[in-house]
Amino acid sequence: MNTNNWMRKFWWKAMAIVLMLFTIVMGMLATVPTLPILNETIRNLYYHVPMWFGMTLLLLIGMIYSIRFLRSGKMDHDILAAAFTKAGVLFGICGITTGMVWAQFTWGVFWNNDPKENAAAVGLLLYFAYFVLRNSIDDLDKRARVSAVANIIFYFIFIPVIFIVPRLTDSLHPGNGGNPGFNAYDLDSNMRMVFYPAIIGWTLLGAWIATLIARVEILNREFHFSLNNFSRE
Amino acid sequence: MKKIISFFLLQIIALNVFAQRPETNVDMADVMRSNGKIYVVIAVLLTIFAALVLFLISQEWRLKRMEKKLNEHILNSKNNQ
Repeated sequence: MNTNNWMRKFWWKAMAIVLMLFTIVMGMLATVPTLPILNETIRNLYYHVPMWFGMTLLLLIGMIYSIRFLRSGKMDHDILAAAFTKAGVLFGICGITTGMVWAQFTWGVFWNNDPKENAAAVGLLLYFAYFVLRNSIDDLDKRARVSAVANIIFYFIFIPVIFIVPRLTDSLHPGNGGNPGFNAYDLDSNMRMVFYPAIIGWTLLGAWIATLIARVEILNREFHFSLNNFSRE
Repeated sequence: MKKIISFFLLQIIALNVFAQRPETNVDMADVMRSNGKIYVVIAVLLTIFAALVLFLISQEWRLKRMEKKLNEHILNSKNNQ
């Protein structure tokens, strides 16, 4: 087992902590545009939106590890793919929950079957199916191969479902159905200054969680191999 | 790293420059901020975040210990064979 790779390094985790502290403090204190209906909830841009950005990036990393597994056959890559997907889905659940709270206070209901909400729910269900599929196969090699292929397919279904389909119809969500994207308030340079660090910070935090999941899994597997007196390296 | 951190620290200074708000009738949490109570919210958030980070770091250390132990075990069993 390689104990000195990027997963065990601390500098990028320190960066996550610094960026998150910045996001928490400045997200509350920095000036924001005064807009009707949104009022102070516009600050959710620093917490709700990075959930989806982070989810997309974490799932992308998971998908890349699935491709790497198919090319290399290394079980570590399979474990990392599943771990990053898991962290991504965690972010997605947080994103949809926070989105519901935000919708309640700006659109009036927790769930109004908005195309964006429904598409996000479908996207999440897709990844729940991924984990059901993955855990239903007992043979480790077969599980790794099948779930790698499924992960790649699901990612390329997930992206259009969550980003393109809602844009084709009317939606209350910004950036969809003729609504201006972030343009209405993202032009504000005050918001950008917190928004971009927030995205990086949240994503790094998600990556940290993903590597912890992966390391537990790798350790678990190595432990079983060493019990069977079966050296891997 | 130093460059990145100092970059964001400089941004905090720059934010004060934009600390003007046009007067409108839109309800913002001005009262909360004038009372200074927004800092209570920040304190709560920072406490939760600190607990979260401490938890992650403790898991980190635990994993590191176990990884080391297992590596030593594998090495020992190889030498004994």
